[in-house]
Amino acid sequence: MKITQGQFSFLPDLNDEEIKKQIEYGLDQGWSIAVEHTDDPHPRNTYWSMWGTPMFDLRDPAGVMMELNACRKEFPNDYIKVLAFDSNKGFETIRMSFMVQRPADEPGFELVRSEGPGRTVHYTLRSYATGRPPGGRYSPAAAP
Amino acid sequence: MSAAMETAEGRVDLGKLYAESNIGETIDQLESDLVGLLPVKTRIREIAALLLVESARRGLGIQAEPPSLHMSFTGNPGTGKTTVARRMADVLHRLKYIRRNHVVTVSRDDLVGQYIGHTAPKTKDILKKAMGGVLFIDEAYYLYRPENERDYGQEAIEILLQVMEDNRDDLVVILAGYKDRMDTFFRSNPGMASRIAHHIDFPDYSADELFRIAEMMTTTMHYRFDEAGQAVMREYIALRMQQPRFSNARSIRNGIDRARLRQANRLFAGRGELLDRAALETITAEDIRVSRVFTQQ
Ligand SMILES: Nc1ncnc2c1ncn2[C@@H]1O[C@H](COP(=O)(O)OP(=O)(O)OP(=O)(O)O)[C@@H](O)[C@H]1O
Ligand SMILES: [Mg+2]
Repeated sequence: MKITQGQFSFLPDLNDEEIKKQIEYGLDQGWSIAVEHTDDPHPRNTYWSMWGTPMFDLRDPAGVMMELNACRKEFPNDYIKVLAFDSNKGFETIRMSFMVQRPADEPGFELVRSEGPGRTVHYTLRSYATGRPPGGRYSPAAAP
Repeated sequence: MSAAMETAEGRVDLGKLYAESNIGETIDQLESDLVGLLPVKTRIREIAALLLVESARRGLGIQAEPPSLHMSFTGNPGTGKTTVARRMADVLHRLKYIRRNHVVTVSRDDLVGQYIGHTAPKTKDILKKAMGGVLFIDEAYYLYRPENERDYGQEAIEILLQVMEDNRDDLVVILAGYKDRMDTFFRSNPGMASRIAHHIDFPDYSADELFRIAEMMTTTMHYRFDEAGQAVMREYIALRMQQPRFSNARSIRNGIDRARLRQANRLFAGRGELLDRAALETITAEDIRVSRVFTQQ
């Protein structure tokens, strides 16, 4: 199951050239760029881990690509996204966020039903991947 | 594709490419803005020619790695290294070798940290900021301190080497410093020496060149020496060159700044008279004559 999130979620995955162009757009707006990653794909998981600190005063996407590639190398099986923060008064928020890496194999979600009194049913989503502890959720070595 | 490459037989017109790049304008400006520096100007013209031919080759589909343009600028203080680094960025940008016309200037303290684990992020941070343009490392030899084997400078050098190799398309590194110390630095860091394609030496200026620099500086500030002032300025230069801590064009700039101060005080002391434009613009012999340079031996 291909999980989508953020900008461009309706498009095929961006290649590196497209990622660079998008970062360049953000830099041209004066935004600072950050890289974040996670192995918990739940849509309500808004707290991804930061890869280093947000990058200020960059002029060219090559600097971001350097960090992105380092993150990819360290976490080849994580989801990774690129974000842009606008520090201008009135915004002071994320203006751009899109995924730049996903695990090779995404097992998807289980629909969990729990029955309550009076035959009520509560539904929740549980990611198959998070059944395993963090770190080994998507790596082939951890496969059963 | 540019007009210079449109010929049907697959030929290219270097003259047109040259005109399209507007590089001539940049180089002419360099010629007129900078006094002397013949070897430097020659090398810049050679690099411009190399990049033009390179783009002609690319235009006809000849594939090759882009040339490596990391450089080292050696010369005494005030010989124009920092100034030329800025111009170099402009040239490389016009010829589309770098994507951004910007120079990030750093020295050891910007790259090397105080404790374990501090250096790599610091160096990488600077590299990221410089990406797309020029990284200018002043007094680069301070990165290498052989007397302390656990010095973190070595770590910064290794990261630099890696990026100079892997990110050739993204970054031009220019190392600068005094000639003898740079030579020692390159001898102990062969990895660095082998990645530097261009060694450019900045000669000291002659008295005559320094005088022309002085005239140029005063003109851009809308001052001028009167006739006696010119003669005293020449004397000033000849004396200053012999004295300690002489730093070429920078000493001239400082001298002019002080002459400006004295001129202002002279005019202010004589207030009451009305001053015309010429009076406000003129630096006279006495504004220079009272300098310490004439009394200290
Ligand atoms: N050839 C020149 N023509 C006109 N002005 C010059 C020339 N060379 C240097 N200058 C002026 O002299 C001053 C010092 O130059 P610059 O800072 O480039 O020297 P530097 O070699 O980087 O010195 P340092 O080694 O001390 O850093 C600047 O104000 C610059 O504009
Ligand atoms: Mg300098």
